[in-house]
Parts: sequence; structure tokens; C-alpha cells
Amino acid sequence: MENFYLEETSKTPKLSFDAQTGKFLMSGRSIPENSIEFYRPLFEWLDEYVTSYKQPTVFDISLEYFNTSSSKCLVEVFRRLEKVGGQQVAINWFYEEDDEDMQESGEDFKEIIDIPIKMQVIVN
Amino acid sequence: MQSDGIVMSYKGAATGGLISSMVDIVQNRLADLEPKLTVKKKVFSILVEILQNIYHHFEEVAMANEKEDDVIMFVLARSETGNYCINSGNYMSRAHVPALQRRIEETNALSQDELKEKYRQVLNNGNLSNKGGAGLGIIDIARKSGNKLEYNFNHYNDNLSFFSLTVRISAS
Repeated sequence: MENFYLEETSKTPKLSFDAQTGKFLMSGRSIPENSIEFYRPLFEWLDEYVTSYKQPTVFDISLEYFNTSSSKCLVEVFRRLEKVGGQQVAINWFYEEDDEDMQESGEDFKEIIDIPIKMQVIVN
Repeated sequence: MQSDGIVMSYKGAATGGLISSMVDIVQNRLADLEPKLTVKKKVFSILVEILQNIYHHFEEVAMANEKEDDVIMFVLARSETGNYCINSGNYMSRAHVPALQRRIEETNALSQDELKEKYRQVLNNGNLSNKGGAGLGIIDIARKSGNKLEYNFNHYNDNLSFFSLTVRISAS
């Protein structure tokens, strides 16, 4: 299957999802006014990926900001990856050393998602 | 908030493009003004949430063909001690007032720990609405600001109320 790639904008993150290597990256900002519209193509891509993946998936998330509608969409992304199975997916949640809000956000997802989420501090 | 600096204020019509530009301007002003990364991010995140909430209400009011001008206002101010205050106001359908008021009251009744629990619960169970947030916005604003939300609804006409909201963000 094709890879999924989107360039970063001032309101939307860079999305780089490689179907062959299983390396996923989301970075930058996610504050679109209509998050569902923005994430829908990714949902559809992931629906296909989870039926045909070949190797372990590593998903790096390094967001500067995200709005609440994006956090709902992130849950939708994680729910799809849960179907791959716990041992086959790892998520790295990056946050800047003193950014407590972003750290808490990672812990929120950790609490409700059935995939190991590793908290990764970016030292300034 | 005495002798404070107004970082940005706006009163007038709102469209998606305009809200989007305001978000960019606020971001640049905060980058110049606020030395603390955490405070800068907090203020910006809360402001985005408020403006996007307003934008969705604006769509609703615009669809009802009411008040095309002067529909929204907001003021972002920073005190000398580095505390922030965001005042915002927008017209909304009177039919939606009781539900919003209930949500704010319920949110204000929660402690910080309870807000965290509530946020996780809604994030986990809430459905994805077309507008997006599914009720997370108010909880997120209260959780990040660390203060109670101050609000008011003023009767405007048979269809509309004017909703005003004040959010305070402490620097420490």
C-alpha cells in the first residue's frame, strides 16, 4: 500500500506514515477548525494498514499544540492501532522538559489507550 | 488586572479565515511578550479553544440569518505581574443556553483532580461530533487555566443570547 504523507502547516501537523517500515510520525501543531475533516483520510489509511501490516509499528508523536477536537481524533487513531495488538505497536510521546500540560496530555492517553505509550522528555 | 497591557482585542464579524488570522497574531504577540514557555503555551491553547468554540457558535448564528455584524469580541490582557485574562463574548442561540450553562456549572464544581478524571472520561467515551470537541473544550479550558470560569448570558432577542466568558490564567 501507499505511504501517507502530509506537509506541516501553521494549523496542522506533519504526518508521515510509512506502510513498509511501520515508522509513523506526527509533529508540529494540530489546531485545525475542523479536525475530523483533516484526519478522516488518515483514519481511512489506517483502516487499510491494520489489515495488511507486516512488521512492528513505532509511532512518534511530538506535538507543540493540539486542540480538544484533535485529541478526540488522536483517540480514533489509537483505537485503530489497538487492533494491531499490544505487542506490535509502540507509541513515543515527546514533550519539552517543563511542559506539564503536554506531559499530562500524554498521561491522559496512556490511561485510556491499550497500547504502550512511552513518555519521552525533550531536554531543552 | 490593573494597569494591564492589552495584548490583543477584537470586536466585529467573524469568519473561519479571520479567526485563523487572529490565532496567528496572538501567537506572534505571545512569542514577543511571554518569556515562560509553559505560560505561553497555556495561554495560546486556551485562546485557540475559546476562539474555535466561538467560531462554531458563529456558524450556527450565521445559519439562522441573525446579526451579521458585531457578533464576536475578545480581549487578551496581561498584568504587570504576568497573569493573563481572556474576555470573550458572542451571540448564541437561546435554545442552547441551558445546556452550556449546565456544562459550565458542572465544570466549575470540580476540583483539579476531578477535572482530570472528567477529561479522561469524556475523551474515552464521548462521541466524535462534527464540530469536533464533543464537550471537551470547557473542561480543557478550566483544567489548563486552574481557575473557575466566570460567565454571563444576556438576553438579546427572542432567538439570541449574548454569552460572555472570562478566563484567568495565573503565571505561577
